[in-house]
Amino acid sequence: MSNQIVVPFGPQHPVLPEPIHLDLVLEDERVVEAVPTIGYVHRGLEKLVEKRDFKDYVLIAERICGICSFTHSVTYCNAIEHIMGIEVPPRAQFIRTIWMEYSRMHSHLLWLGLTADAMGFENLFMNAWRLREEILDDMEATTGGRVIQGSSKVGGIRLDIPDEKLGEMVDHLKSIRPLLEESNRIFTHDQTVRHRMRGLGVLSKEEAWDLGAVGPTARGSGCDMDVRSTGYSAYGELGFKPITFPHGDCLDRCLVRSEEVLAAVDLVERAVAKMPDGPIEEKVKGNPDGEYFAFSEQPRGECMHYVKANGKKNIVRHRVRTPTFTNIPPLVKMLAGIELADVPVVVLTIDPCIGCAER
Amino acid sequence: MPLFTMVKRALANVTGKPATLMYPATPAKQYDVSRGHIVIAIEDCIFCGNCQRHCVSQAIVVDREARTWEIDRLRCIICGVCAEVCPKDCIFIEPDYHPSSVGPVVELVQGPPAPPKVEKKAKTEE
Repeated sequence: MSNQIVVPFGPQHPVLPEPIHLDLVLEDERVVEAVPTIGYVHRGLEKLVEKRDFKDYVLIAERICGICSFTHSVTYCNAIEHIMGIEVPPRAQFIRTIWMEYSRMHSHLLWLGLTADAMGFENLFMNAWRLREEILDDMEATTGGRVIQGSSKVGGIRLDIPDEKLGEMVDHLKSIRPLLEESNRIFTHDQTVRHRMRGLGVLSKEEAWDLGAVGPTARGSGCDMDVRSTGYSAYGELGFKPITFPHGDCLDRCLVRSEEVLAAVDLVERAVAKMPDGPIEEKVKGNPDGEYFAFSEQPRGECMHYVKANGKKNIVRHRVRTPTFTNIPPLVKMLAGIELADVPVVVLTIDPCIGCAER
Repeated sequence: MPLFTMVKRALANVTGKPATLMYPATPAKQYDVSRGHIVIAIEDCIFCGNCQRHCVSQAIVVDREARTWEIDRLRCIICGVCAEVCPKDCIFIEPDYHPSSVGPVVELVQGPPAPPKVEKKAKTEE
């Protein structure tokens, strides 16, 4: 039996865009245990809810995360709308769904690029990010922001997308679809990718369920769980089906994401085809009084916003449980037993977003 | 065979044009709705302070006495809430980005001296 040593991984590390610290207990090159530490980027955004008007806070809720930003604002709006009994017009729901799927596409493409970068596959990294840029252009043209859209508000949306623009967006997606499929083929078939990720960091279905994995981490282990199946916003009318893969290794978590990009393109096309006419916002009168748990499926998994209000314009309590926070216990499980050199790739496969997890 | 899945794309990349723009030599892409920076038409401003109260990052300071409107460009997150709540619609979002800077950029906009008529109106409203 060799001696155990502790190697610190992070908070600053080339593969980590954001600070998470892991103490890796090693025996030779093999990880025995990983001890995570978070708390490097706490911003106190939940506390800020007590100081801001509940309608203006949507803009702060959106800035909880820099990638899945739009979904945060929609989830917060959903919570407030349920408390106040506001019926959001169907057109607003559909447009919100379109933007949420666009953010999913850009988030997954960003992640696919980062993973390719972590593997040392620079060409694939650049390719994924170039495709992401096409998605961001459409987002900026419709909302005014590349990653922070700021276009959701309590009771509806701030900006409408004209029907001609919707048509242009679908045409644009159709034109980049072959490129997305080609990029998917590389992730599915390329030997470099398979060699690096197949059979690595395995999380079984039972472990994923017991440890509370969410999002692509759970779906990559064969758990059929996706909040979009509950049909919030317009998902109920779009015939949504979750994508799952059975093996629970890094490659399957990667394939869930690359398939979800194409599924998101389909969802946008269906949403545009079914787009109803009508107003885009409902007038909000009074202040919220009550509490509500709102759930949504972010690119990284299930996100929960808890809002408690007491009839004043400032909300009493806002609590966010983000997917990265829930995915840390499964990550610790995945890390036990792998080689030190594989740690960066495994850490990336849960798509850690620490800014989100600490708010 | 699966070894060379990327070759076609790699060759296209080598022979094709660069996908990136040489910013700032080439200007960044802009759209009509792009949120670049906030500007104010000070002659229409009534110095009500609504923008200051709603500003989520406390970037705006309005002084009713001195008739000034002040914005800290580095605090501003260009959410556009000031433009939305302005009763006179005199705050706009311009699509081009504010030039980058190394220190705090606080812009003070001095309003025109108040005509006596406007002052009277404000008093009656209160």
